[in-house]
Amino acid sequence: MGPSGSGKSTFMNMLGCLDRPSAGEYVLGERRVSDLEPDELAVVRNQKIGFVFQSFNLLARTSALENVALPLVYAGVGTRERNQRALAMLDTVGLAHRADHQPAQLSGGEQQRVAIARALVTRPLLILADEPTGALDSRTSLEIMALFQSLNREGMTIVLVTHEADVARFARRVLRFLDGELVEDTEVRTPDDAAAMLAGQSASARTAAQATESQAGSAAS
Amino acid sequence: MSLASLLRLALRALAINKLRSMLTMLGIIIGVGAVIVMVAVGAGAQAKVDEQIRALGSNLLLLTSGATTSGGVRMGFGSNLTLSEDDAAALNREMPEIVAAPALRGSAQVVWGNSNWSTIIFGVTPEYLDVRQWALAAGRVFEPSEMSGAGKVCLIGQSVARQLFGNADPLDQVIRIKRVPFTVIGVLEGKGQSLMGTDQDDLILMPISTARKRVLGGNIAKLRSVGTIWVKMGDAQDSKATEEQVRALLRQRHRLQPGQDDDFSLRNLSEVMAAQEASSRVLAILLAAVASVSLIVGGIGIMNIMLVSVTERTREIGLRMAVGARTRDILGQFLVEAVTLSLIGGLIGIAIGIGASLAIGSLAGWRILLSPESILLAAAFAFAIGVFFGFYPARKAARLNPVEALRFE
Ligand SMILES: Nc1ncnc2c1ncn2[C@@H]1O[C@H](COP(=O)(O)OP(=O)(O)OP(=O)(O)O)[C@@H](O)[C@H]1O
Ligand SMILES: [Mg+2]
Repeated sequence: MGPSGSGKSTFMNMLGCLDRPSAGEYVLGERRVSDLEPDELAVVRNQKIGFVFQSFNLLARTSALENVALPLVYAGVGTRERNQRALAMLDTVGLAHRADHQPAQLSGGEQQRVAIARALVTRPLLILADEPTGALDSRTSLEIMALFQSLNREGMTIVLVTHEADVARFARRVLRFLDGELVEDTEVRTPDDAAAMLAGQSASARTAAQATESQAGSAAS
Repeated sequence: MSLASLLRLALRALAINKLRSMLTMLGIIIGVGAVIVMVAVGAGAQAKVDEQIRALGSNLLLLTSGATTSGGVRMGFGSNLTLSEDDAAALNREMPEIVAAPALRGSAQVVWGNSNWSTIIFGVTPEYLDVRQWALAAGRVFEPSEMSGAGKVCLIGQSVARQLFGNADPLDQVIRIKRVPFTVIGVLEGKGQSLMGTDQDDLILMPISTARKRVLGGNIAKLRSVGTIWVKMGDAQDSKATEEQVRALLRQRHRLQPGQDDDFSLRNLSEVMAAQEASSRVLAILLAAVASVSLIVGGIGIMNIMLVSVTERTREIGLRMAVGARTRDILGQFLVEAVTLSLIGGLIGIAIGIGASLAIGSLAGWRILLSPESILLAAAFAFAIGVFFGFYPARKAARLNPVEALRFE
């Protein structure tokens, strides 16, 4: 977390091997990556890191399946295996039935889930998400956070940048940035459970809907 | 990424902007089409010239009576026949490697039945057919007895045969040339128009003695003089040296002093033809220049559109880099896209070029020659243009900084 311009994205780009530090070193999974060549970094990104962006960054006019399979294309995986793995990953995020849809035919939440499936498809060491809920409404944000939490519980490391305390409360560890510096590092023993909140919300929404329905019913009679 | 998947990717990207892709290809289409038409027409003209040179015979010298070298004063020599049958005989005797064929020329009215025709009469020896490389379509050549005895026999050209006989068979028919009856013993093969546009089939050949005594008449009947002598030099000979030997021999026979002008003219016909060939080559070079200009303009169009495309797709490039695309993957993607654009343009251009060539061939009646080589050449050109003009935009894409590319709006 941190205010705008505090260096969150810069830090993230470094973690993601998109940018190289001007000083210091970066060791990722026992490998020193801070002074690799651009093409070597590309391979590291492909194999070890999954990216999720605020603006989804899906390829337009390309099916969800192909979008998810894209990292595997650069990993040199054959078409058949590529499609199988991409479809399995779409299933993980609950979008197997949308495999043939193009981004324009999907809602924001669905697009972000496709993007998460794309980040996961190469079985990376960590997922980097820069404000992944920034373009989504609060309920969809909650759905995405529930997905992240369930992945995290299965052992996936997820680094997520956000402005909102509402999003940060689902994290087990919170880093705060200020003016390009890391100023705070807190462990959270019991983060909130997004899935539980989601269930609670839909329960209350259902009650509310039933209430309006019965009201309408009584008005008619 | 495999070439097949790069190609699929390129086709999809091009299909998104169909109209833009088509317009971009236009330059290549026109350029390649022009190359195809140019080569087809040029090769056709070349083939025609070659054929006529071959029909004329290789290494042919034409000797004509009278000097042409000294300007107006001596023009009168044209009618003064300075060459003779004896000159031709001497050439054949002294220089065994060459064949000299004298010819006497005149014109006459020819009649067969109700039809009549005015044509050119050549009095020749049997060598004449050999030297000019004329073949018979039917019949036979003159026999020695006909040569010595001024036999009333003749060979006619295709045009004469058509004019006099129509569809009837001319062989062994008797025609009247200046009222003298002649038996047609043969018909020459068709040779078509000469490079100068004259009909080479409108003529009659007869033994030189016959022509002199019975048809052309006048004072030449008494002399042995002739208007022209054709000389065939062997293929492998040094034509310049042979030419000089022929000149020297004739000057000696005509008793010309050193310093005195020739009283005949000597022309090497292969050289005349070669000059004509050269001028048709100039035309081809001119067309090639036009075609290459339009190819270059087409290439610049491709480069322009690829640069636009790279800018438009900066985020896509950033994303691809983020998920693991290496420099060469991006370079390959955009290079293949540019080459696909130019190759498709090239293929359309080839199709249009072939169509246009065939149309020109049938409408203008020109000879055209479509060779697989020229089509391959055009395709190779299109490919090279795609690589050349696609490289810079592709490299620009490949060198983008992923962070900046992802942030690009
Ligand atoms: N530690 C640092 N070293 C060098 N430059 C830094 C550092 N931290 C931040 N910057 C610079 O500050 C600018 C803004 O940083 P960055 O984009 O990372 O901010 P942010 O926290 O992601 O902001 P926002 O919340 O608006 O996305 C960048 O141009 C970056 O180069
Ligand atoms: Mg940021």
